[in-house]
Amino acid sequence: MPEQLVFAMEVFLNGLMAGVLYALVALGFVLIYKASGIFNYAQGVMALFAALTLVGIMDGQVPFSHLINAVFGTEIHHFGWHLPALLAIVLTMVVMIALAWLVNHFVFRHLVNQEPIILFMASIGLAYFLEGMGDIMWGADIKKLDVGLPQGINSAIDEITFGIFDYGFFIDNLDIVATGIAALLVVGLVIFAQYTKQGRAMRAVADDHQAALSVGISLNYIWVMVWSLAGFVALVAGIVWGTKSGVQFSLSLIALKALPVLMLGGFTSIPGAIVGGLIIGVGEKLFEFAIGPMIGGATENWFAYVLALIFLVFRPQGLFGEKIIERV
Amino acid sequence: MRKTLMTAALGAMMAAGPALADLVVVDTSYRTGPYAANGIPFSDGYQDYFTLINERDGGVGGEKIKVIECETGYNTEKGVECYEATKGEGALLYQPLSTGITYQLIPKATSDGISLHTMGYGRTSAKNGAVFKNVFNYPANYWDGASHAITHILNENGGDISGRKIALVYHNSAYGKEPIRTLEELSKKHGFELMLLPVDHPGQEQKSQWLQIRREKPDNVIMWGWGVMNQVAIQEAVNIRFPMDQFIGIWWSGSENDVKSAGAKANGYKALTFHNLGSDYPLYDDMAKYVVEAGKAAGAGDQVGSVLYNRGMYAAMLAVEAMRTAQEIAGTSAINAAQMRDGMEALEITEAKMAGLGLPGFGPEFKVSCENHGGDGMGAVSQWNAEKGEFELITDYYQSDQEVINALVAEDSASYAAENGIEPSCN
Amino acid sequence: MFYREAGDFKTSYAEDSQTFPIKFDRYRYYAVLVIAFAVVPFVINDYWVNAVFLPFLIYAIAAIGLNILTGYCGQVSLGTGGFMAVGAYACYKLMTSFPEVSILIHVILAGGITAGVGVLFGLPSLRIKGFYLAVATLAAQFFLVWLFNRVPWFYNYSASGQISAPERTVLGVPVTGAETAPWAAYLVCLLFVTASALVARNLTRGMAGRKWMAIRDMDIAAEIIGVDPLKAKLSAFAVSSFFIGIAGALFFSVYLGAVEVGEAFGINKSFLVLFMVIIGGLGSIFGSFAGAAFLVLLPVFLKNLLVGGLGWPTDLAAHLEFIIVGALIIVFLVAEPHGLAQLWRVAKEKLRLWPFPH
Repeated sequence: MPEQLVFAMEVFLNGLMAGVLYALVALGFVLIYKASGIFNYAQGVMALFAALTLVGIMDGQVPFSHLINAVFGTEIHHFGWHLPALLAIVLTMVVMIALAWLVNHFVFRHLVNQEPIILFMASIGLAYFLEGMGDIMWGADIKKLDVGLPQGINSAIDEITFGIFDYGFFIDNLDIVATGIAALLVVGLVIFAQYTKQGRAMRAVADDHQAALSVGISLNYIWVMVWSLAGFVALVAGIVWGTKSGVQFSLSLIALKALPVLMLGGFTSIPGAIVGGLIIGVGEKLFEFAIGPMIGGATENWFAYVLALIFLVFRPQGLFGEKIIERV
Repeated sequence: MRKTLMTAALGAMMAAGPALADLVVVDTSYRTGPYAANGIPFSDGYQDYFTLINERDGGVGGEKIKVIECETGYNTEKGVECYEATKGEGALLYQPLSTGITYQLIPKATSDGISLHTMGYGRTSAKNGAVFKNVFNYPANYWDGASHAITHILNENGGDISGRKIALVYHNSAYGKEPIRTLEELSKKHGFELMLLPVDHPGQEQKSQWLQIRREKPDNVIMWGWGVMNQVAIQEAVNIRFPMDQFIGIWWSGSENDVKSAGAKANGYKALTFHNLGSDYPLYDDMAKYVVEAGKAAGAGDQVGSVLYNRGMYAAMLAVEAMRTAQEIAGTSAINAAQMRDGMEALEITEAKMAGLGLPGFGPEFKVSCENHGGDGMGAVSQWNAEKGEFELITDYYQSDQEVINALVAEDSASYAAENGIEPSCN
Repeated sequence: MFYREAGDFKTSYAEDSQTFPIKFDRYRYYAVLVIAFAVVPFVINDYWVNAVFLPFLIYAIAAIGLNILTGYCGQVSLGTGGFMAVGAYACYKLMTSFPEVSILIHVILAGGITAGVGVLFGLPSLRIKGFYLAVATLAAQFFLVWLFNRVPWFYNYSASGQISAPERTVLGVPVTGAETAPWAAYLVCLLFVTASALVARNLTRGMAGRKWMAIRDMDIAAEIIGVDPLKAKLSAFAVSSFFIGIAGALFFSVYLGAVEVGEAFGINKSFLVLFMVIIGGLGSIFGSFAGAAFLVLLPVFLKNLLVGGLGWPTDLAAHLEFIIVGALIIVFLVAEPHGLAQLWRVAKEKLRLWPFPH
């Protein structure tokens, strides 16, 4: 087998893995958009906030310590405990649920029936707020996140592929774990949406707010639930990406990686987010591999968007989006 | 920070009164935004040294130093706002701490007669003081850095690197592209093969680049990274089991922040530096006594001795020495911006001077002149020791390839002079 | 009391359909212009110009441009940063290639070039709608930034990859480069702002504007009553990009003087200008000014208040700034989802009836 083809296969596989990571972020957008029509720009910042909170709780950092010290002249930094990862994740989830309630109660409850762009803007305001809040609560330094996810080359795959192609493929263990997590997450979400009472209510709300309201579904409850779910997805994305690069401000920029995925898969489809992620991941990696060297590289950022754009020209609602029906 | 906000507010009101006799230095820091983790230790070190001089010696030549901190968030527009807001306070010196802001300020500061010290960043050809009157970039610049990396590889390989393959992984921006020209020249000279791998901002996803490195197996990797790109690159290098001691980062890719998240496996990663590391210096005893324990530290005091803290402190040390030189030349302790510029241009750092300050061997010896605003291009290589959790110097200071670099500096500064109608002169 | 039509008689059609039909309103705008042109230049210093006025004026032009596209024609765009970069690089190339031609002409030409690029990237809008289009315009944003970073011809092969504006004069007074007097830079920008606002205001009141608004409100219905969506959408992209290109050219040449594309025209610019348009009010020229003022002045004001006035540590102040700006955006949207312009409109309505509202 020619060498280039083997390399391309390796790139392809890694593209699939990268796509899963993008899809993890995109899922959060889809959940909220589906249930409330909000294009939630703050999803990336929520991932950062969740990861910061997780690390802070694990390391027993005192929230707002910088502010408290500045106001009262005290010298406190740590509670002095070190919590196990699982407990910290649960506690972080409690924080994210509280955040979901606050967001719904103080922001979006007041903006029901507004135009999508207004809701989008409100989510940007929320992003600003959370950015400042995350920094002021937990500090701006880079934090190491270690919840026990493995990292580094997977030796088994390396050896097996070496036996077949005479060239060992590189697959990151973290990516494999992330794929597993994403699969669980999607299956869990689908089961939740299809087979539980709350899930059905959620879908009813997504379908038609007023009809749902008229059969006695509490919109506020559903929205808090959806934001909590999105918070959970953000936490998972934050853990995976934070393990890769440390928890820091730039984590919030992963949202930009999720947008083309979202556009390609459709804003309203959970499987769309996964499939879109895979297409974008493979597409941008293969393009960088094949064409990149000829035009100077670093093409991934824009190529993802161009790829999505090309798809959209043929299917304006994305691959799995609801068909746009326009009536006069 | 033991000052409470109330006392700080009171202090600000009192300080708002006329205090023009002070020596004013502006610290355009970034304690927020994507690069905050790097901005905080630098700014802490920079301010703490001035605080130390004020507290221990009562200032420079009897004049207190007043540091005005202005937050830029690494944003060029905010940097300009900071400059305009503070230049009226009699600022003597700016340390912009961002290449973007530096480029804004070069023409502005030159026209206002205020000096810029861009230590290890900014416009490399500002080394030519005949063109860039008010810009100083001693003791080393990016092109020196590129040469340092290659020289180090040369030394490791017995002086022959022809046929070797060296990859440059760089931030796809003006900053990251700085070393390319130099490396191309050096590759002609030494016969190594150069492989360029740009990483787009912010650099969270570098699988393509590192897969390519794994496929094409370069012998060495040099990195010009910044922010999250550093952590991810080092992690990916660990992932593909690239030998860490063949991986060299520029000084902005060589702080504890960059290696910590990759854990113990980053052990052996190398980074360039132009100042010494660690806190094993007599000066740090004074620092602890007069600044940190007295509750006057600029930050939380937890950064003392980190790479970037040392760098900030080194920058402040050079500024204070330039002030002393300026006071000697001007014959007055209350110097103005023009006298400060002259002081910087006459600055000479010797081993005796550094030892006298309690910082023996902290940086290279160099002498600034009008023709040379950039020092002698001395640098060293440090290596990450994961067990101890610190970078260690593994070489002495050595000089970059002046022949190659001076030609490039002359060329670039000449084109700047031509573009902006500057007549290079040294009077 | 004074702000009403009563007693303000019109005797010709031209008078009846002028831009500001109410006399008080008209004179008030004249007064603002007189102050802006004849008083402000004499009292401002470097700080006010560089920290407040120049960014405000330039962002106002960009916001007017985006408002035409998003507010009037309903096409959400996140490519503003990229289009500003086109304006900046076009201006740079023109400035360095034809140094003898006036900078004012270069800025306008840069706007024209940006309009062309805008039309190109506007083509997908015929198929793609809503947020899908917004994300699609990001393709323009990332591609353009990458292009200007990649191709050395755009930055004249300079070693640093940055572009810097050489000194150019208008009537013998330097308006770009280091020697620019603050009032000169201010006046140049003010000139462009005034012209842009006038052009935009009249375009949106006329046939073109009505077509855009028809497309915005419902494009299929508009098509049925005879508005050509191709022409309407593309003309909106062209006009919008023209203004954004001018803003980009001024941003580079007059305001910053040297830029690096990724930093100055990154995705954050796109979002910032969109925020201005939404906060100010979609579909309102006044809103563009209000939004630009809000997002330029508020951070400067907060910073001066918290750091300068209260003496807080800069990092704490910067974090609080984020929180306050975010919270204010939300508060404004909850109080008035249609932006500052709507608040202004309501105030004017009230004023019309004051002091006898019933």
